[in-house]
Amino acid sequence: MELRGFKNRNATPGYIYFEGESKPQDAWGRFKRFADRAVKGELFVGLWIVLREMIRFNIHTVQYPAEKLQMSPRYRSIHKLLRLFESGYERCIGCGLCEKICISNCIKMDTKVDEKSRKLVSQYTINFGRCIFCGYCAEVCPELAIVHGDDYEHASEQRAHFGLKEDMLTPLDKFKAKKQKEFPGFGALSKDADKFVKKTPLAY
Amino acid sequence: MIETALIIETVVKAVIALAVIAGMAGFATFLERKVLAFMQRRLGPMHVGPYGLLQLAADGIKLFTKEDIIPQNVVKPIFVIAPIIGAVSAFVAIAAVPYFPQFTVFGYTIHPIISDINVGLLFIMGAASVGMYGPLLAGLSSHNKWSLLGGARAVIQLLSFEVVSGLSILAPLMMIGSLSLIDINDYQIGGFSSWLVWKQPLAFVLFAIAGFAETNRTPFDLVEFEAEIVSGYATEYSGMRWGLFFIGEYANMITISALVSIIFMGGYNPLWIIPGAIMMLVKVSFWIFLFLWVRAAWPHVRPDQLMWVCWKVLMPLALINILITGIVLV
Repeated sequence: MELRGFKNRNATPGYIYFEGESKPQDAWGRFKRFADRAVKGELFVGLWIVLREMIRFNIHTVQYPAEKLQMSPRYRSIHKLLRLFESGYERCIGCGLCEKICISNCIKMDTKVDEKSRKLVSQYTINFGRCIFCGYCAEVCPELAIVHGDDYEHASEQRAHFGLKEDMLTPLDKFKAKKQKEFPGFGALSKDADKFVKKTPLAY
Repeated sequence: MIETALIIETVVKAVIALAVIAGMAGFATFLERKVLAFMQRRLGPMHVGPYGLLQLAADGIKLFTKEDIIPQNVVKPIFVIAPIIGAVSAFVAIAAVPYFPQFTVFGYTIHPIISDINVGLLFIMGAASVGMYGPLLAGLSSHNKWSLLGGARAVIQLLSFEVVSGLSILAPLMMIGSLSLIDINDYQIGGFSSWLVWKQPLAFVLFAIAGFAETNRTPFDLVEFEAEIVSGYATEYSGMRWGLFFIGEYANMITISALVSIIFMGGYNPLWIIPGAIMMLVKVSFWIFLFLWVRAAWPHVRPDQLMWVCWKVLMPLALINILITGIVLV
């Protein structure tokens, strides 16, 4: 592959170079520029624009503690562990993919086999001092169990806050009140995902 | 007996003027924050009191109760006295400004002017010029380079624009023939069409520009432009001493607004069915608003541009204006 195209550091041909205003050469030119600027009325355009904004009164202030911004579903904040809608059991199957993919090595999980010989996640912690909120864990999770929340207020007194399994897992009372929402953001299925489901071609 | 009555009346008027102007100056700071915020699509102060109205009181309490810091190495007596000069001269200038037409209370006619001296305008300009010593002494005594630069800038700016404002106001004075602001007001008694703006538009514009420069407002706010010289001459000041500078500045703004309204915009003469006092309030409010409006919209100029525009454009224009007025009058 030819590297020349990549080594060209000049801007693409689409750029328009602005050389600056041409300077007046003689006294008459300077006078013309002065007269031009003096009667142009640009200053009054500025005055009009700020007055227009004042009259429109289209205020953009969010009075923060009273009003809060609705974050986009793709916003990647402190993680949440979701429950299955049918049974209320944890979605996490302990596959360990998130632990594997985590590029800052901040996810730690312990699993064991319980008496029904099912895999049980006994410990699940995220070290939020290291987490870079890249979203790989949510993307890789096959069960949509670990997802990103939209809560942007994470100041706390303890380093370990937010990061334990009981902090992240949807509480049972909240789940029973049907407050758990399906996660629409990073790594989630698109709305029309059902359309793309095909029968496995048995011919292979 | 007459003497005593006069003294009492003057003292009462002085106290009222001081209280009202100081209050208005304080309110103007609130208004400035609100207007600037609205023009930048913000809300401004909102939390103290309804719509932030009590912010004013909060700021006042803060200024009064703050520790009075006098830094090391400053020239203490001058450092202490400088803000007082700034505020006092601004309030002294107000003494010769008539704000309202005379009115009668309980059969006693009141002239709402502390003293109607026959050189009123000269007195105001003189007293306002003394205010220059505030920034100058503050800058020299602060032992701080920003203060020094701010003080130097204040002095060149005020000195230069004193010339422009003095010369520009000369032309209307030649037509009126009196320096008393009451005479100037009475000259424009014939309603809207007799306002001096129509006869002296150039002098009006020049005086307005000089007014912006003398009050250190935005296109010419080199004196305390934060990005360049922190807070100019007021860098080392805190608490009430800084507050005095601030009040003086806003009192100057009110004085300039009143001067422009009286000299060029018909003063306190009634217009159509609107009484004169209301007209005066409307005009002064408009000018205060214009100060804030311009601050929201325009960038500030460089010191050399300021000097250039003062000495090479505005002063010749003022001289030409005087010349033309003289020829027309003769």
